[in-house]
Amino acid sequence: MSSQSNAMPETTFQSREIAAAAIPAARLLYWSVRRELWENRAIYVAPIAVACVLLFGFSISILHLLMEIHAAPLLDLTQQRELSGQPYEFAENLIMGTLIVVGVFYSIDAFHGERRDRSILFWKSLPVSDLITVLSKAAVPIVVLPLLAFAITVLTQWMMLMISSAALLGSGQNVAMLWSRVGIFHRWPMLLFHFLCIHGLWQSPIYAWLLLVSVWARRLPILWAAVPPLTIGIVEKVAFNTSYFASMIGNRFTGGSEGMEIMEHGRATDPMMLFAPLHFLINPGLWIGLAFTAAFLAAAVRLRRHRGPI
Amino acid sequence: MACIEAHGLRKEFGNTIALDGIEMRVEEGRILGLIGPNGAGKTTALNAILGLLPYQGELRVLGRDPWTQRDQLMRDVSFIADVAVLPRWIKVRQVLEYVAGVHPRFDRAKAEGFLAKTTIGSTRRVRDLSKGMVAQLHLALVMAIDARLLVLDEPTLGLDILFRKQFYDSLLNDYYDRSRTILVTTHQVEEIQHVVTDLMFIDRGRVVLSSSMEEIESRFLEVMVHPDKLDAARALKPIDQRQVIGGSILMFDRVDRQRVAALGDVRTPSIADLFVAVIASEVKQAQGVSR
Repeated sequence: MSSQSNAMPETTFQSREIAAAAIPAARLLYWSVRRELWENRAIYVAPIAVACVLLFGFSISILHLLMEIHAAPLLDLTQQRELSGQPYEFAENLIMGTLIVVGVFYSIDAFHGERRDRSILFWKSLPVSDLITVLSKAAVPIVVLPLLAFAITVLTQWMMLMISSAALLGSGQNVAMLWSRVGIFHRWPMLLFHFLCIHGLWQSPIYAWLLLVSVWARRLPILWAAVPPLTIGIVEKVAFNTSYFASMIGNRFTGGSEGMEIMEHGRATDPMMLFAPLHFLINPGLWIGLAFTAAFLAAAVRLRRHRGPI
Repeated sequence: MACIEAHGLRKEFGNTIALDGIEMRVEEGRILGLIGPNGAGKTTALNAILGLLPYQGELRVLGRDPWTQRDQLMRDVSFIADVAVLPRWIKVRQVLEYVAGVHPRFDRAKAEGFLAKTTIGSTRRVRDLSKGMVAQLHLALVMAIDARLLVLDEPTLGLDILFRKQFYDSLLNDYYDRSRTILVTTHQVEEIQHVVTDLMFIDRGRVVLSSSMEEIESRFLEVMVHPDKLDAARALKPIDQRQVIGGSILMFDRVDRQRVAALGDVRTPSIADLFVAVIASEVKQAQGVSR
């Protein structure tokens, strides 16, 4: 997107070139990402819908609990856990799962869709480079979705806390115990880190691979995306009776052993929370993954230049 | 400098030669009609000009190489491809916002002005618009871009006659000025008869005729010949002859107007008739060579 390369030997064209300067890459990227959100409303509708279902279920469980409290006014340990720990973790995990599903389906259709409906001809009639287009589509699962999912998780957990507090207050219980046990507030920075690093950076090679297949495949991109990893996994299993490749791919989806470790430490003690991000950043697995992401995206940029409607 | 300049432009798809050394020079301010039978290479040529296809040979559009500099070129070039390519999910308001966001030469107020004359509401989605309305919307977008080259590939395909006429009327009245260049391909040859300033016929990847309309008017003529003067007319070597009620119509290339006038009423052939005659004589020549 550099404007230097516009320099033309012909002076007449040069003068007009200056009159309407190029639009900065950041603005092109911003509008391209907005366009993706207009087209793929599932990006925000799906996690919000999941959050609503969660809150609905949680409200019913609170009602149920209130009836139990009515019978025996003192909360026992299981009931305390039911109120403070489990549902909050469940909410996180469910929204993370939704995020992965939405990200996978978005990525596999991102470039295939524009060729299928021929709209690629319209997008290519505008002064937006293939690089900007690929970066904007990659930014959706790698940056936009994790941030959005984080915001929705925080909001959901906050509302869960409000609902249970209101219910307890209503039945004359003390909410201090609940607030001190829930501990979601000091988990939120950790959660943000998890969403950005694990769902963004750690999983980025998956999304980049799907985007690449989406540019490349003429038909059934989801099948083409699955065939190479399956082939490698099967060959490895048959030839060496090992499954390193499969567990490696699994690690990418689940957040990897490194990522999990961080989360466990994060919950355990505060000092570990400070060290965990560093631990994550020096992990070679992260950088190898990012190198793959960069390679897949670079290939996608080159391929999209050649692509027309199918 | 020419707006489009091509030398020895070639493109092959496997064993098929789509463009076989195209020579082309389009000056700024012209309206060029690119006409050819199906599979002649029109769309391939346009795609090369628009930076959608790699090619061999030399091609400069507004001084740029379209293949390597497509995104910069598209600041000065607009195009409407052969069918409605606006994404079906997008809302009219969104497409205006987006183009305003990414295009340095787009005038949103102007586009809204054009749309105000139609029945297209800003909250409607493209998928809910009729084919004619989608074409109107695309035209409104393109006309609000201060481009120097507009490429139209079968822009009126599938539109009814009213829309087709309206399309070219607004293009000429509200858009075209002497500083813009328009390149149009169509199968509806007759509808661009009075629109274009230049004509180019291509067949099997080669240019078979390239000429301005003035040149065509002075070069080609056709005469309605009565049967008893037919032999005399044939002696002047017509390039085409066709039967009609009450005689034959013969077409001539570069003949003495006086001599032909003695045979009957002289007039300029229509683009459609000229196209048929030129392509047919090309085919004959090609067959003659192969024998």
